[in-house]
Amino acid sequence: MSLTETSAFEIAAEVRAGRLRAVDVLDAHLANVAARESEIHAFNTVTADEARRSAEAVDAAVAAGRDPGPLAGVPIALKDNMCTRGVPTTCSSKILDGWKPPYDATVVELVANAGAVVVGKTNLDEFAMGSSTENSAFGPTFNPHDVTRVAGGSSGGSAAAVAARFASISLGSDTGGSIRQPAALCGVVGVKPTYGTVSRRGLVAFASSLDQIGPFSHDVRDSALLLEVISGHDPLDSTSIPQPSLQLLTELDRGVKGLRIGRITDLPGGSEPEVDERLSEAFDALAAAGATIVDVELPSMKFGLTAYYLVAPAEASSNLARYDGVRYGMRVEASDTNAMYMATRAAGFGDEVKRRIMLGTYALSAGYYDAYYGKALKVRRLISDDFARAYEKADVLVTPTSPIVAFPVGSKVDDPLSMYLCDVFTIPTNLAGHPAMSVPFGTGAHGLPVGVQVLAPTLGEAVMFRVAAELERGAR
Amino acid sequence: MLVGSFFVSDHPSVRISADAVAKVARLARLDVTPDDIARLTSQLDGMLEHFADIDALDLADVEPMTQPYPLVNVMRDDVVAPSLDRDEVLAAAPAAEDGRFRVPPIIGLEG
Repeated sequence: MSLTETSAFEIAAEVRAGRLRAVDVLDAHLANVAARESEIHAFNTVTADEARRSAEAVDAAVAAGRDPGPLAGVPIALKDNMCTRGVPTTCSSKILDGWKPPYDATVVELVANAGAVVVGKTNLDEFAMGSSTENSAFGPTFNPHDVTRVAGGSSGGSAAAVAARFASISLGSDTGGSIRQPAALCGVVGVKPTYGTVSRRGLVAFASSLDQIGPFSHDVRDSALLLEVISGHDPLDSTSIPQPSLQLLTELDRGVKGLRIGRITDLPGGSEPEVDERLSEAFDALAAAGATIVDVELPSMKFGLTAYYLVAPAEASSNLARYDGVRYGMRVEASDTNAMYMATRAAGFGDEVKRRIMLGTYALSAGYYDAYYGKALKVRRLISDDFARAYEKADVLVTPTSPIVAFPVGSKVDDPLSMYLCDVFTIPTNLAGHPAMSVPFGTGAHGLPVGVQVLAPTLGEAVMFRVAAELERGAR
Repeated sequence: MLVGSFFVSDHPSVRISADAVAKVARLARLDVTPDDIARLTSQLDGMLEHFADIDALDLADVEPMTQPYPLVNVMRDDVVAPSLDRDEVLAAAPAAEDGRFRVPPIIGLEG
């Protein structure tokens, strides 16, 4: 087995034992980058020199008898909305052109302290607003399974980097499906943890009550390993849940016997037939492994799209007010400060970001707050209450991750609704703050990957990973 | 379900006017051209029309949900701790002078 096909779990074990050098693991992955990055465009920045120094430090630690940590020598890619000290952090926006953060995000510190080797910063939809990574100021990311198709989004670069084996694992952020949907479209595992389990300090904010960082990997075990490393309380994030890091690796082989798996009977329709077939097979696999399939209803789920597209832009319009040409990034000079703000923001933001800032500003403005933002917050409560009722009957719920497989680049750019609908199954999780993950489960139209999504209640990661591991066994 | 677009309305704008869009752009500190206003009015109107799907819900007795996890406000002890390096922070700014951010004159700011 080549070094790029070795799991992160095995890489770390071999490096820690001194049987494998981190620099050799890095070189194997950088060779893949050299071979295919020009057709994939997973990265905004490849940090090859810094990665080499990190890998050499890992090897030196092992040689000196020190343990580099649970991710020793594992090449990792970071979504380019996570602050990296001295390394450009662009959010794939022109407005942050040239900005080098003066600090590392907490997750960046955690993976580095665990011995991981950062190979680069990955492409995304500008400020994570999109479902295809086509809304990037630097151009789209292409799907490694078919480079005429999108990688999904907004964490498309992080999904593609793992799928193309440019990195063993990666980190993305998920506000409405931005980890799970690209994971499904690229045929890898992607996890959105419970809101508050992973620190958001140093994650450039999009919608603060929805954003959460999580892992991408080839298998369920590597995501469990990475999530164990990045989860846990951070006193520098005031929304961080005060509890120790998640313990997941011990859950993976427990099976699903006796678990109740919820099937949502009023799931919004419109999925491709192959996607529905894979979902049906996923339920069959879980039932065959001893789980009980139970029917649940989520009548408010169909209103999730509306609640999300009011709440997220409202929060974004506030969060993105900070890009004003004063403290970081680009500036368009003008005669006075206000004219400078307006010219800088007009030149620096792309169309989708402007559209969402406008929508959010409107939804929050005097006279419209109650009709739009206020009402959306109430719908958010209805969705959360629906989930609470469903989880009285079921331990987890299982749905498709995306209603469709990877679509051709450019095919939805002029049809934002059909783009937004890609997230119909993933958005409700963010509104409720719950964990959910996508697991590859066979293929659909054109032989492209299909992902099945496992949803769990707040802090239900342990049972979620048990089910995900069973689905992974079922898919083989 | 996956076809069609709510961004292109066949009927004249009813939910949001061009004047309102221009006002929102000023609030959002975005320079917009007349073409931008026309396009954004059509797009936002279409979105707001789609968002009317929640108008039929009875929400009178529903408590708004602003955040997913019931945390209380977090306070910390007021102790000196390492902070960001000032020169490193200012080096990332478009313009700085004498240890501070430099901006154009404030006069002319809209009220």
